[in-house]
Amino acid sequence: MSAPARPFPRAAREALADPQLRANLRVATDTIRLKRDRVVAELPDWEKLRDAGRAIKRDVLAHLDEYLVQFEAAVTDAGGHVHWAPDAAAANRVVLDVARAHGVHEIVKVKSLTTDEIGLNNALAAGGVLALETDLAELILQLDGDWSSHILVPAIHRNRTEIREIFRRTIARSDLTDDPADLAEAARLFLRERFLHARMGVSGANFGVAQTGSVCVVESEGNGRMCTTLPPVLVTILGIEKLVPTFADLEVFLQLLPRSATGERMNPYTSLWTGTTTGDGPSEFHVVLLDGGRTRVLADEVGRQALHCIRCSACLNVCPVYSRTGGHAYGSVYPGPIGAILTPQLQGIEKASTLPFASSLCGACYEVCPVKIDIPAVLVHLRAKAVQAGGDTPERSGMRAVAWAFGKRWRFGLAQRLARFAQRPFRREGAIRHAPPPLSAWTRTRDLPPLADESFSDWWRGRP
Amino acid sequence: MRIALFITCIGDAVMPEVGKATVAVLERLGHEVVFPEDQTCCGQMHLNSGYPQEAERLADRFVRVFDGFDTIVSPSSSCVGTVRELRPELHGRLFELSELLVGRLGVTDVGASFPHRVTYHPTCHSLRVTRVGDAPLRLLDAVAGLERIELDRAFECCGFGGTFAVKNADTSTAMVDDKVAAIVASGAEVCTAIDGSCLMQIGGRLARENAPVRTMHLAEILAQTAAA
Repeated sequence: MSAPARPFPRAAREALADPQLRANLRVATDTIRLKRDRVVAELPDWEKLRDAGRAIKRDVLAHLDEYLVQFEAAVTDAGGHVHWAPDAAAANRVVLDVARAHGVHEIVKVKSLTTDEIGLNNALAAGGVLALETDLAELILQLDGDWSSHILVPAIHRNRTEIREIFRRTIARSDLTDDPADLAEAARLFLRERFLHARMGVSGANFGVAQTGSVCVVESEGNGRMCTTLPPVLVTILGIEKLVPTFADLEVFLQLLPRSATGERMNPYTSLWTGTTTGDGPSEFHVVLLDGGRTRVLADEVGRQALHCIRCSACLNVCPVYSRTGGHAYGSVYPGPIGAILTPQLQGIEKASTLPFASSLCGACYEVCPVKIDIPAVLVHLRAKAVQAGGDTPERSGMRAVAWAFGKRWRFGLAQRLARFAQRPFRREGAIRHAPPPLSAWTRTRDLPPLADESFSDWWRGRP
Repeated sequence: MRIALFITCIGDAVMPEVGKATVAVLERLGHEVVFPEDQTCCGQMHLNSGYPQEAERLADRFVRVFDGFDTIVSPSSSCVGTVRELRPELHGRLFELSELLVGRLGVTDVGASFPHRVTYHPTCHSLRVTRVGDAPLRLLDAVAGLERIELDRAFECCGFGGTFAVKNADTSTAMVDDKVAAIVASGAEVCTAIDGSCLMQIGGRLARENAPVRTMHLAEILAQTAAA
């Protein structure tokens, strides 16, 4: 579940006012960032891997229609069932129908952004089915009614004392300590019981292999594997862009993903399964292929590279904006730089029009992206769309006027003379400390240098 | 060499001293500086704020105004990066100042003297768009008397980001606060960079906090001589 969508500047202001949150985020993002840098530096062919990752994703997107049909055939051949879901409602309905067909009232869930994106838990709850999160961080948030704030570390904004309180209130005894091992044990005791009784599991997926129909889930805890192997029924929701052509292509991504994500050479659990196998794992397996706006993103030549994303969250950890505001400010299942380009495209620019502007375009995200998504370029592209969708605004008129002034040298000169006159009442000892809107947003915290009494051009003209 | 100067809109209107310093350095090295007076803006603000058509027109204008000049220099890495992205044919003709001096002219010692403790903030666009590499550092290290101090978390954005600084003023301020803290902790007297706009952000916050550090553009440091 994501925090409610609000204009980013306002949501960010509230987040920034919390010094504890800022300190937590700084420590957490620094730790992961430095770990990532270390393990990436170990690979001499890292740049080639990135190129390969991007090339494979481009190929997948260019031939998605063929790969999807190939995947469907392979899954079906292996004993699985494939469902095509054009939107969230359709995907949720499939899961609910499967649950009802088996009379299931509680399902266990693998940590999955895609199921958050479609609001699966709420949809199931409305249908009388409880979805239990089994990823430790997701469980913490679910028990507290809180929202995820990081793609990979959903509870990055909570510390262990807070977690102990949540557990004491909900699943653990009152003598629980805030020792991480004790906290994990409390969650383990609670979850093991549920795993053993669970009759249906739901997962997202990191990759689907078109050639074999295999599904791949990458995780750290092993709770995901409990969900995908113990219950007799398993439903996997797969965003259609998550396909790779062949099994061998996983070789590239299973190097790129863990190093970019947790800064590990290999993640602890990599689960791969193909359809159903008698006597091993679930006896009934469904895959829901989710569009959910993806084909619309695919139609945008600049924006479509957002669909390369493998959800590693490296861009979050290096982002100077995310590392200060945290994830809730984005009001989106996908926060940070990738969220700022994915959410407005998946939901429509008018629903998230402030997100493309939630970046200083510093470019740190592009530098670390394992599949080379040019996030700054997509941000700039989406800003133009947001401006267009916004219609006639004072900003638009102002920007046009400035462009008009820049169109001729004499107009720029005249504009400078006017501005020099207009700034007089605001100028104090060579600085402007209180400017009128919109520049007041600047001068609230920073001095603004006034226009010089003599411009460079005027000085040049007067040179001997 | 005959070098055309692109002063940039902010450089013309707000910080003419950076342009004067650029002229002083290039002339001291024996080059002829020309200033095509019809120039205005590179279009970066429009491009990055969601007005690509206006930016395209300004890029066309730039190409027209600087037509016929083989070497163009600007003391702003982000403006250079923007124009080169919009008009790739300008690669090899349009340079940021440190790029021109070190990369093209092969000079690191420009005869400057500046006996002060200086820290260098590598701006995001100079690192990742214009990619000037270590050219500014080599120039600074050749300045007589200058003691260069490393900046902690130097790679991190100062929070300027063009209209971002106004649209997301709170986040922008949180970013510059960390930058300013690192600069003050470095013990430097001067913070320098090759983007005037980033220095406006850093300098504006330093001044508001009454911090004992001032900002100077790299060109201004390079223009200082022992005689001056």
